[in-house]
Amino acid sequence: MPDQVLFAIEVTLNGLMAGVLYALVALGFVLIFKASGIFNYAQGVMALFAALTLVGIMDGQVPFAHLINVVFGTNVHHFGWTVPALLAIALTMVVMVGFAWAVNRLVLRHLVNQVPIILFMATIGLAYFLEGLGDMMWGADIKKLDVGLPQGINGWIDSTTFDAFGYGFFIDNLDIVATLIAAILVTGLVLFSQYTKQGRALRAVADDHQAALSVGISLSFIWVLVWSIAGFVALVAGIMWGAKSGVQFSLSLIALKALPVLMLGGFTSIPGAIVGGLIIGMGEKLFEFLVGAPYLGGATEIWFAYVLALVFLVFRPQGLFGEKIIERV
Amino acid sequence: MLYREAGDFKTSYAQDNQTFPLKLDRFGYYCILGVAVFVIPFVINDYWVNAVFLPFLIYAIAAIGLNILVGYCGQLSLGTGGFMAVGAYACYKLMTAFPEISILVHVLLAGGITAAVGVVFGLPSLRIKGFYLAVATLAAQFFLVWLFNRVAWFYNYSASGQISAPERAVLGVNITGANVEPWAAYLFCLAFLVASAWIARNLTRGATGRRWMAIRDMDIAAEIIGVNPLRAKLSAFAVSSFFVGIAGALFFAVYLGAVEVGEAFGIQKSFLVLFMVIIGGLGSIFGSFAGAAFMVLLPVFLKNALVGGLGWPTDLATHLEIMIVGALIIIFLIVEPHGFAQLWRITKEKLRLWPFPH
Repeated sequence: MPDQVLFAIEVTLNGLMAGVLYALVALGFVLIFKASGIFNYAQGVMALFAALTLVGIMDGQVPFAHLINVVFGTNVHHFGWTVPALLAIALTMVVMVGFAWAVNRLVLRHLVNQVPIILFMATIGLAYFLEGLGDMMWGADIKKLDVGLPQGINGWIDSTTFDAFGYGFFIDNLDIVATLIAAILVTGLVLFSQYTKQGRALRAVADDHQAALSVGISLSFIWVLVWSIAGFVALVAGIMWGAKSGVQFSLSLIALKALPVLMLGGFTSIPGAIVGGLIIGMGEKLFEFLVGAPYLGGATEIWFAYVLALVFLVFRPQGLFGEKIIERV
Repeated sequence: MLYREAGDFKTSYAQDNQTFPLKLDRFGYYCILGVAVFVIPFVINDYWVNAVFLPFLIYAIAAIGLNILVGYCGQLSLGTGGFMAVGAYACYKLMTAFPEISILVHVLLAGGITAAVGVVFGLPSLRIKGFYLAVATLAAQFFLVWLFNRVAWFYNYSASGQISAPERAVLGVNITGANVEPWAAYLFCLAFLVASAWIARNLTRGATGRRWMAIRDMDIAAEIIGVNPLRAKLSAFAVSSFFVGIAGALFFAVYLGAVEVGEAFGIQKSFLVLFMVIIGGLGSIFGSFAGAAFMVLLPVFLKNALVGGLGWPTDLATHLEIMIVGALIIIFLIVEPHGFAQLWRITKEKLRLWPFPH
């Protein structure tokens, strides 16, 4: 095979792996949007916050150390212990559940029945707040996150493809693990929503709030539940991205990349989020490789996803798998 | 007692339809305008102009523009930063290509060019609605910023990739460049703001504005009663982008002087202006002013209080500032989702009966 084709295949594969990570963030959006009709802009910052908290707990950092030092003139920074990864993940999950509860208790409960744009703005406010909180609690410097996931080039794929084509594909072990974890996560979510009582309640709420209320499902509990699940998904996404490129503010910008993913897949569809993520991940890498870098001066990944989604929506306004939009006067 | 409409008689439709039908409101408006034109320029210094007045005036123009699109026509847009960049770069190219023409013309033309770009990116709004449209406008934001970053023609092949405003004068007084008197820059922006508000107010209460509002309230119903959605939506995009483009041109030429596109016109700017519009009040010109004032003054106030008053390090103060801004936005939305404009309306209602509400 000619080199160009091999490169293109490698780029495609890597794009698919990146797409999995976009899909993970998009998944959190879809869950909340389905259950409560809220377009949760804060999802990306939740991933950042979860990753920051995880690193902070693992390293035994003192929360708000900087603030405490300034106010009381002390000099604390670390407790002096390290926490094993699994325990730290569990503790972070507790924090995320607490966050979900607080959001529902303090914000969403007071905004019931508002128009969607107001709720959307509230989640932007939430994103700002959470970003500031994360920086205050754990400091704004770039942190390394290492929960023991394998990293680096996958030797087996490299040597196999080298034997077959005379050119070894570079595929990161981390991406493969991310794909596996994403698959497990999605399967788990599907099983949860199909076979458990709470999962069924979740789907009922997504279908019709009032009907769900009338059969005795507690809306506020379901919302806390769904925000907790979204927090969990954010944590997983945060771990993956954090392990890949360090825990830093740009992590929250992946949330914006998840938006075109959502548009492609449709706001209400879990399979849509996955397929959309794969298409965007693959599309932007291929476009950069075939058109962007040679002809347009590179860095087309910044906007390609949005323009693709825009063009796509002109032909299919509800996305790939979204519910058909029916409008009545 | 103080705020009365009793005894304020109108004898013609024209009088009844004026922007400030009450004598007291009219008087207040002329007072504020008089103070803004004849008093403030003589008392302000460099710090006040650069920290408070210029950002307020310029953001108020941008907020009026976005309010026309979001508040009056109901088309949610997150591309404001990108459109401001169009205004800035158009102004820069015009200033350097035609140095002999007045900068007034350049700023207006920059607005016109932005309007054309806005119409192009507004075309999808005919098919895409609501949040889908909001995300679609993000395409404008990212694409435009990328374009100005990558295509060297836009920044005249300068080595740094920045654009910086050359020295230009109006009526013999420097407006842009290094040697600008604070009052001159202030008056220049004030003139644009007053004109923008006047145009926007009169557009929104006329037939055009009613078409926009019909589209906002329900586009299908509006179509049935004879509003052409193509013309209404695209005209909203054009007018809105015109104002946003002017704001971008002023932001670059008068306020900052030198601009790096990703930093000055990034996605954060889009959100900032959207916050102004929402906190000020959707569908209200007064709200655009109030929102812009609030979002400009809040960081200045917090910074002075935390860094100056408590002696905190700046990075910590910045983090707390982000938290406070976020929390305030949420609190505002909970307390009064319709923003300052609604608060002002309620206050006026109360004042009419005060101090004898029964």
